[in-house]
Amino acid sequence: MAESLQDLLNRLAPLLVDGSPHAMALGFSLEGLGPGNAQMRAPYREDLVGDPETGVLHGGVVTALLDHACGIAAFSGLGASDTPATLDLRIDYMRPAEPGNDVVAEAECIRAHGLIAFVRATAHDGDISDPVATAQAAFMVTRPSAEAAARAKKAIETGDLS
Amino acid sequence: MSDDLIETLLAAPYVAKFGVRIERKGDELTGILPYAEHLVGNPLVPALHGGAVGAFLEIIASATLLASQPLLKLPKPIDVAVDYLRPARPEDVYARAFIGRAGSRVANVRAEAWQGRRDAQVATLHGHFLIKSAK
Repeated sequence: MAESLQDLLNRLAPLLVDGSPHAMALGFSLEGLGPGNAQMRAPYREDLVGDPETGVLHGGVVTALLDHACGIAAFSGLGASDTPATLDLRIDYMRPAEPGNDVVAEAECIRAHGLIAFVRATAHDGDISDPVATAQAAFMVTRPSAEAAARAKKAIETGDLS
Repeated sequence: MSDDLIETLLAAPYVAKFGVRIERKGDELTGILPYAEHLVGNPLVPALHGGAVGAFLEIIASATLLASQPLLKLPKPIDVAVDYLRPARPEDVYARAFIGRAGSRVANVRAEAWQGRRDAQVATLHGHFLIKSAK
């Protein structure tokens, strides 16, 4: 029997964060992954603060979290075969995240067809009805991203992830 | 103009962690994001993380606002839109920002990031920042 999309996603999930040095450096963790959706957490950490006076996390952490969560939702929305590249990412910063709180991004692929995927995401620090930021992004399977996906597939098949 | 706040901006833990520097000639400012392995988003392309490049553009937009006029606080982003034009290679990234209009409360800013060639941008940003003018 062919592997279902959810089984494939479950198998690939650990690679989608651990395979990205920047996501690892920011301590991101993938909390949920389904066909066309992803939930990812950024921890509150002293070394990620943007304003030492207030202790608020730097906006860059939220930017990277939203980009990564949207990218994973686009990847799964496109059938988890090619790694799409970000075409554009638009973010509204609603309010600063509460110092001490982790930030969670919930991303949903609204439409994926052919090479393009459209994604919306909300970042919050505990209550999704009181968002820290919202984002809208478009992704595309570009030539470099398709070549990278082909190398990743080969690496997974041969077990050589170095 | 707000030199002490530029220092505060660059000394913030997140900004210092990624080693963002600026080179300044009066109110003209170029940002430098030195390459480090922890900036890589996808090692298989390989390309720097879009979030790292986007955050760098936001930082340089803020620094350019601080260099242009006396402000009482760090600028706060209201909204930003980042266009990704090419994969950012594992090399240093540079950025410059241009102020469209800055009033006493809000500023409209564009910024461009490039690597080897100035006219081959890897990403551009435009956004609005909340500012507190000293004027």
